[in-house]
Amino acid sequence: MTENNIILASKTVSKNFGGLVAVSEFDFEVPEHSIVSIIGPNGAGKTTFFNCVTGFYAIDQGDILFYGESITSKSPDQIAQLHIARTYQNIRLFSNMTAIENILLGMEPDLHSHWYGAILNTPGTRAEEEHAVEEARRLLKYMGLVGSGDLLARNLPYGDQRRLEIARALANQPRILLLDEPTAGMNPQESTETMRLIQRIRDDLGITILLIEHDMRVVMGISERVTVLDYGAKIAEGTTEEIQRNPQVIEAYLGRGAATGLETTSADS
Amino acid sequence: MITKQSIQLRTPLRFGIIAGVVSVCASAIGLVVLFSERELIAGVITMGQILIFAPTAALAYIAARDHAEGQRGIALLYGSLTGVISGIPSALLILLASAVNLRQFMPNVSPALIEILSFGLPPVAGSLAFLAAMTAVGLIAASFSLLPSNIKRPIFNGLLWTFTIGLFSENISSRVRFFFGSEFNKLIFTGKALDPFVAALIFFLAAGLTVWQGRRQTTHTEPEGVSTSRKSRLRWMTYAGVVVTLLILPLLLGSYLSEVLNNVGLFILMGLGLNIVVGFAGLLDLGYVAFYAIGAYSMAVMTSQGPLGFGLSFWAALPFCVLMAAFAGLMLGIPVLRMRGDYLAIVTLAFGEIIRILVLSDLLKPVLGGAQGILKIPKPEIFGLVLKQPEQFYFVILAGVLIAWFVSWRLSKARLGRQWLAMQEDEDVAEAMGIRLVTTKLLAFSFGAAFSGLAGALLASKLTSIFPHSFKLEISINVLVLIIIGGLGSLPGVVIGALILVGLPELLREFAEYRLLMYGLLMIVMMLAKPEGFWPSQIMKRELHIDEESEMLSAEAGD
Amino acid sequence: MKKLFEKIEYIDLFLWLIRAAIIIIVIWGTVATILDNPYSTRQWTDFVIFGVAQGSMYALIAIGYTLVYGVLFMINFAHGEFFMSGIMTSTVFIAGPMAATGFLNRHPIISLLIIALFSMLVSVGVAILTERIAYKPLRKAPRLVPLITAIGASLFWQNFYRGMLGSNVKPFPQFDILAGSIPLLGTQVLKTHIAVVLVTIIMLIGLNFFIMRTKTGKSIRAVSEDKDVAALMGIDVDRAITITFATGAAMAGIAGVLFALVFRQVHFFMGFTPGIKAFTAAVLGGIGSVPGAAIGGLFLGLFESIGPSLFLQSLGIPAFNQLKDVIAFIMLVLVLIFRPQGILGEPLAEKKA
Repeated sequence: MTENNIILASKTVSKNFGGLVAVSEFDFEVPEHSIVSIIGPNGAGKTTFFNCVTGFYAIDQGDILFYGESITSKSPDQIAQLHIARTYQNIRLFSNMTAIENILLGMEPDLHSHWYGAILNTPGTRAEEEHAVEEARRLLKYMGLVGSGDLLARNLPYGDQRRLEIARALANQPRILLLDEPTAGMNPQESTETMRLIQRIRDDLGITILLIEHDMRVVMGISERVTVLDYGAKIAEGTTEEIQRNPQVIEAYLGRGAATGLETTSADS
Repeated sequence: MITKQSIQLRTPLRFGIIAGVVSVCASAIGLVVLFSERELIAGVITMGQILIFAPTAALAYIAARDHAEGQRGIALLYGSLTGVISGIPSALLILLASAVNLRQFMPNVSPALIEILSFGLPPVAGSLAFLAAMTAVGLIAASFSLLPSNIKRPIFNGLLWTFTIGLFSENISSRVRFFFGSEFNKLIFTGKALDPFVAALIFFLAAGLTVWQGRRQTTHTEPEGVSTSRKSRLRWMTYAGVVVTLLILPLLLGSYLSEVLNNVGLFILMGLGLNIVVGFAGLLDLGYVAFYAIGAYSMAVMTSQGPLGFGLSFWAALPFCVLMAAFAGLMLGIPVLRMRGDYLAIVTLAFGEIIRILVLSDLLKPVLGGAQGILKIPKPEIFGLVLKQPEQFYFVILAGVLIAWFVSWRLSKARLGRQWLAMQEDEDVAEAMGIRLVTTKLLAFSFGAAFSGLAGALLASKLTSIFPHSFKLEISINVLVLIIIGGLGSLPGVVIGALILVGLPELLREFAEYRLLMYGLLMIVMMLAKPEGFWPSQIMKRELHIDEESEMLSAEAGD
Repeated sequence: MKKLFEKIEYIDLFLWLIRAAIIIIVIWGTVATILDNPYSTRQWTDFVIFGVAQGSMYALIAIGYTLVYGVLFMINFAHGEFFMSGIMTSTVFIAGPMAATGFLNRHPIISLLIIALFSMLVSVGVAILTERIAYKPLRKAPRLVPLITAIGASLFWQNFYRGMLGSNVKPFPQFDILAGSIPLLGTQVLKTHIAVVLVTIIMLIGLNFFIMRTKTGKSIRAVSEDKDVAALMGIDVDRAITITFATGAAMAGIAGVLFALVFRQVHFFMGFTPGIKAFTAAVLGGIGSVPGAAIGGLFLGLFESIGPSLFLQSLGIPAFNQLKDVIAFIMLVLVLIFRPQGILGEPLAEKKA
C-alpha cells in the first residue's frame, strides 16, 4: 500500500547550539502513507530534528523538503498551513482552554473568518464556526474523548491529554503527523491502545506518521522503517528486523548503559 | 483554666506587631487624621478610628479563631495580647510626639493626630488609654470569634451595612434631600453623618434580614431545574432592567454623581481596551496612556475653536480619533512584536513616557500647545442640542462603553479571541497551530488602542481643554489595576474594577491623595490572595457546564 | 541568496527602516553639530565628566536589576524605590539634623559614613521587606503575577514615603569639603563628581570581590545558574535570593547618597526616572551580567549627557534638552529590538519547543 512518493525529506541537515552539535548531516526520507520511527538514546537529537522540521529552529545547514519543495525557511505557522502537524514530548495543550477550543485551534489553517465578520456576526462566520465545532466534536468522538469537550484541558486525565493533543494535531487535517513520544508515561495497556490508534490514523485517514518513540514494543510493532540517531548522526536505517540485528544500534544503546529500550523489548517478546 | 494547652505566645506577638505597625503607619502617613474628618455615625465613630482599630480587630480575630484550637480562655488571651501589643507602637508615638517635635521630620504627625490617638488626654494618660482601647478591641474581636456562626453572620452583615451607608452618607444624604426634602433628610442624617438612632435601625434591619434569609434557605429550597423558558424570560427581564436603569441613572443621580459616573465610564472604556491587550492577548502594556493622549489630542486639534484647532464638529472628528489611536497602536506594536513579558512592559512604559515628553516639549508646542495645552474644545451636539451637562454627556459615554463592550464580547467568543487566549498561554505552540502571531498581536494592540483613543476623544470633549499632565503614567497603572481587580479577561470585571478604583475614590474625595498608595497595596494583596479578581472570566464558570455537554454527546453517541 | 531574501518579512523591513531613520538623524545631527562647533573642547570635556558621574550612579542602581534578574528572571520594578527610600530616610532623619547642629561640617567624613551606612540599611530593609511580602510567596506563579506585585510595591513605597515624609522637595545639606572644584583634564572638575566616580569604583570592586570570592557570593552565582541543583548542593536558595535583593539594594542605597551629593535634593518620586534609566543601562550592558551593568551605566550616562547637544542641537530642535529622557528611552527600545542580549550578554537561547 505504500507508494513511492517521498512526503518529507531531510538533506544533510545540521543544527548546532553553540559548540554542541545536536543534529549533524542528517539524510532522511519519509515515504507517503508510511509509519516511520526515529529512535535513539536520550539527547540524540530526535526532538531537535522535529523542531527543525516544524520551523521552531532555523537549521544551520542542509535543506528540508516537503513533497520536493523546500520548507527550510518557513515559520511555524506557515508550516502548519502546509498541513504538517505535530505533538510534543511534554504535553503542550492550551491547558486553560477547553478540549473543544484546543481542537478548534488545531483547525486554524482551514479557518478564514475575520474579526469584522466576528463583530457583525455574519452568516459566513457563524456557519464556519458551527461547522468547525461539529467537526471538533466528531474528532473527539473518534479519539474516544466523548464528554470531555467542555472540560478544561488541564483537568483531563493524563492519557486523555495525550489523546487530545493528537486530536488537536489531526484537526489540522495533516498530510504528515509528527508524534513525539506519544506513549511516554503510559502503562503497557495504554501504550498498546495508542499504538492501535496510530495504526488506525494511518489506515483510516491515510496520514503519514513520523514517530519518535522510546518504547521499543511500539516502535517494532507498527513502524515500517526505523532510523536510529546517535549524537545527532544517523547510525542505522532499515526495517524493524534489520535494526534489531544491527550491531551498531545495540552498541549505541547497550554500550552506554542506557539500554532500557532494547532490554525491555527482549524481555517483553 | 488554661493549663491543658501549651500557650504559643509567638502568634499574638507576631500578629500584634503587624497590626501595630500597620496602624502606626496609617497614622504617620496622615491617613488617620484625614479619615477622621469623615464621621460614619455622628458622634460615635469616624472612618479614622475604624482605620486604627481594624487591623487589630482583624488579626486578633484570626489569632483567636485559628490558633487557640478551640480553647476559649486561650482565644481571649490571644485576642487581648494581640490588642495590647498592637497598641504599643502608637502609644510610643504619642509619648515621643510629646517629647520631640516629630513634625519637622514627619509632617503628618500633627497635634491633631496625637489628639485623636490619645482621646484628647495628656500624653501618659492618653497612651495608656490608647493601649486600653486596643486591648478592648482585641478582646471584643476574640470573643466575637467564639460566637456561633448563625449569630456571627447577622452581626457582621449589620455592621457592614451600617458602616457602608455611613461611609457614603454624604452622597446618599444629598440624594435624599433632593427626592424627599430636607426635613426627611434631617431625620436620617446629622450633618454629613448617619444619626446614631438610624444607624442602630440599619444595623438591626440588616442583621434581621440576614437571619430571615438564613431561615428561608434552610426551610425552603428552590426546586431543581427551573424550566428553560422561565430561565430565559428571567434573563430577558434582567437585561431589560439593566437597560432601563442605565437610561434613567443620570436622572436619579444628579449632576455631581453623573460626573463621577462619566469618569468611571471613561475608565471602563479604557479598561475594556487594555483588557483585550493584557487580559485576552497576555501582552503587558504599561504605556497604555499614550493612546488615551493620542485620542484626546486628535480630538482637540481637530475640533478646537482656539488658534491650534481646525474647528471640526465632534462627530466628524470622532472616527478619526479612533482610527488615529488604532494606527498608533499598530505602529507602536510593531517594534515590540518579538518581546515578551517584562521587556514588553518596560518598553511600552518607555513609549508612554516618550509620548508624554513629546507632547510637553517645545518641539511640538506649535501643534499641541506644550504645557499650556489646547483649549476651547467644543462639546458634542445632537440635533442642535449641545450636551453640556454631565447628565447629558453621560449618554455619549454610555454609547461608547456599550459599543466597546459589544465588540469585546463578540471578539472574545470568536476565532480571534481564541487565538488571543492561545497566544497568551503558549506563544510557540500557538504559532505552530498556524496562527500568525504578527497579525494576532497587532490586532490586539490596535483594538486596545482604539478603545483608549475613543476614551481620550470623549475626555477632550468632556473637559473642553486638555493638558499634558492629564496623561501621566498614573493613568496606565490605574487602568491596569482596575482590570486586575476585576479579573483579567473578564468584561463585567472591568466594570467592577472601575467602580471600585475610580468611583469609590471620587466619592471619598479625601481619599484622592492616597489613591496610589491604595492601588499599590491592592495590587499586592490581590495577587497574593485573589489573583483571579473579583469577577473572574468564564473559565471558572465553564467548568460548571460539564454535565450538559456530556449528556448531549452521549445522546449523540447512542444513535 | 534566495533563502536570505525569503526570510525578510515586512516587519523586519519596518524595523530596518526605523533603524536607518535613527542612524540618519544621529549622523546628520552629529555632522551638523561638528560643523557648527557650538561648544569649546572644554565644554565637551565637561559634558563627558558629567556623563561619567551620572553613568556611575546608573551603574550602581543597575547592579540591583541585573543581580535580581540573574537569579529570578524578573524585572524588579520596585528597585527605583529601594534607591529612593534609603536616601530619603537618611536625609530627613540623619543629614538634616546633623547639618542643623553643625556636626556635619565639623566631622564630614564620619557624617558621610553614617549617612551612607544608614541609607544602605534602610534600602536593604525595604528590599527585604518587599521581597518577603510581595515576591517570595509568588515564586511559582506565572510571570505576570510578580511583575504586577512589583509595580504595586513601587507605587506603595513611593506614596508611603510621600505620606510619611511629605511631598515637598527636601534639600540635602552641602558638605564643605566637597564644595568647589579642582583643575583636571584642562577643565575644572567638581569635587562631588570625582567623589562619585571614586566611590562607584570602590563599590564595584567590593561587589566583585563579594560575588566572586566569598562563600555567599558563590552561593548567589550557583543559584543564578540553576536553582534546583544549587538546592541539591545544600545551598539555602531562599536565603541566597534574599541576599541578592539586599546586595542590589545596598548598591542602590549608596547610589542614592551619591545622587543627593550631586543634586543636593531628594524627593519621594526621585526613584522613578533613575530606575528606568538604570534598567536601560542594565539591558544595554546585558542583563544578568555585573560588568555589563557597569559598562551599560557608563555608556548611558555619557550618551545622555552628550547626546542631546551632539545629535539634536543642530537639527534646529527648540529646547532640545527637554528630550534627554526621550533619547534614553529610545535607546532602550532600540537595544531591546536589535540586540536584546546587550553589549556583554550572551545571545538569548532560541525558543524551545
